[in-house]
Amino acid sequence: MSQMFDVCKIRNDFPILRTKINDKLLVYLDNAATTQKPKKVLKSIKKYYETTNANIHRGVYKMSEEATRLYEEAHAVVGKFINAAAEEIVFTRNATESLNLLAYSLCSSLNAGDEILLTQMEHHSNIVPWQQLAKQRGLKVNYAEINADGTLNIESFKSLLNNKTRIVSVTHVSNFLGTINPVDELSKLAHSVNAIFIVDASQSVPHMPVDVKKINCDFAAFSGHKMCGPTGIGVLYGKKELLEKLPPFLFGGDMIKEVTFEDSKWNELPWKFEAGTPHIAGGIALAEAVKYLKKIGVENIQKHERELTMYALQRLGEIPNITIYGPSAEKRSGITSFNVGQIHPHDVAAFVDRFGVAIRGGHHCAMPLAKLLCVTGTARASFYFYNTKEEIDVLVDALKKAQEFFSMSENSNNLTNNLKTYPNTKNEFSERLKNPSQKTKNEENKNKIKIQGVIEE
Amino acid sequence: MSFDELYREQIMDHYKNPRNHGVLENFSFKFFDNNPLCGDEIEIRALVEGNVLKDVRFTGKGCSISQAAASMLTEIVKGKTLAEVQQLNRDNVIELLGIPVGPVRVKCAVLSLVALKNGIAEFHNGVNKNG
Ligand SMILES: Cc1ncc(COP(=O)(O)O)c(C=O)c1O
Repeated sequence: MSQMFDVCKIRNDFPILRTKINDKLLVYLDNAATTQKPKKVLKSIKKYYETTNANIHRGVYKMSEEATRLYEEAHAVVGKFINAAAEEIVFTRNATESLNLLAYSLCSSLNAGDEILLTQMEHHSNIVPWQQLAKQRGLKVNYAEINADGTLNIESFKSLLNNKTRIVSVTHVSNFLGTINPVDELSKLAHSVNAIFIVDASQSVPHMPVDVKKINCDFAAFSGHKMCGPTGIGVLYGKKELLEKLPPFLFGGDMIKEVTFEDSKWNELPWKFEAGTPHIAGGIALAEAVKYLKKIGVENIQKHERELTMYALQRLGEIPNITIYGPSAEKRSGITSFNVGQIHPHDVAAFVDRFGVAIRGGHHCAMPLAKLLCVTGTARASFYFYNTKEEIDVLVDALKKAQEFFSMSENSNNLTNNLKTYPNTKNEFSERLKNPSQKTKNEENKNKIKIQGVIEE
Repeated sequence: MSFDELYREQIMDHYKNPRNHGVLENFSFKFFDNNPLCGDEIEIRALVEGNVLKDVRFTGKGCSISQAAASMLTEIVKGKTLAEVQQLNRDNVIELLGIPVGPVRVKCAVLSLVALKNGIAEFHNGVNKNG
């Protein structure tokens, strides 16, 4: 299989990768935020609007029937990709909407004092909906802690599970640290107290084989735009028997079977959860993206990204004063967060942009985690199957130049002294991370990469 | 060296060697503001005599744009009347920086101006009187 994986050929499928930024060829390393789209996906959108555009589930004319068929088939294609049935796939706008749907619909049957368990490494979209529903309904949200190496602390997770825990919602892969969480194990633990187990699969489904039946999760959420699909289309997976019981989130047309002035009956799955005219072209294009990913092979994608990540960790490790966050290469996906000395991540990102390199600088929608790590943010490079080692070289060269550019002279009245007064620099977590046994572990690291959770003072 | 780079040099100069950086012991008002999204923070302290900003100092941390803008701003507001400072707006700050500032970083650029103007507003309202 792997001989068939040819990055040069693959790159030709992505017209945007030929773009010049500041006279330099674009090096797109912000794939955790959104991925680029192959020609096939772009063509499918154009083709839909040029040949098949009609509203679905309503018209009895041929074009509407064809649009309906394509849109329904898209659910089946996406379902098959994660080993689910078509009726278990609800199209939403994005992972955020999927998680909101779950928060609203699941919490409606919870009682004051019931508990929800999340982890400290969640994206805002897997925190805020639960937190706000908890406020409204008197629920308690707990957060399983993370270890100094950026992995989930399973003991903490276990200790927070109890017979009041109704919902457990966990990211499969951290978009900040790249950590891959052991969702199979977490699923068993959650079910042992009869809690509903939800996986935020936004950063896993695009990058590795995901089998919802094997994980045995009750629900999963992910976004189409992070897997070569268009923006505005996302997915909620739910076990059929649970989706049947779950009350709808949005009401209106298309989600009903029958309406009287007094009451309504809900449509069958998954349409019960898709109120109003959906993003038809988006759904069809997402199916096209899934077919494209399948053709490349998700295993190949995973393998290529792993190679890139190992290479990136090694090359980034050459940069003096760099701090790389998150676990060692085997436990992480193609996401690497780092800080170069004391340079603000925005400055790093803006500087490398001059060399055509697109990376993210900031808190990556995980402000509580950033606070825990005692950073205001990090720079983050995140890979996809169309990236190359040469692109990592461009990044590393640009970072080295950034370090030179921003270096403070010894005697200048500089601002770095002030960094220490930042109120977040002292907390229990940072103390815990200084645990010397952890350091020895890091020092053993063959590649001499500084992988740790916090900037040392 | 390109035009753009020359300007950048000026920003880097202010970032690395900020003017009016430090804590003013004898001040009429102070104001702290931050931009949690970027993690930029600025505290401005100012001494007012009559209706004139006699002295201004700042401390803070953050990206080069936020810190250089603060340094540049403190240079130009010294000696101005409070009313004159209240007239300043985001365009003036961007002009000072001399580079195009995108929609995300414009918040970094104006942080010190917002802090200063809020400080003046509080000073007028008598909230923030000190020695
Ligand atoms: C882990 C994780 N969850 C949820 C989201 C939210 O995705 P979207 O903005 O497409 O809803 C993201 C996107 O950054 C993510 O990385």
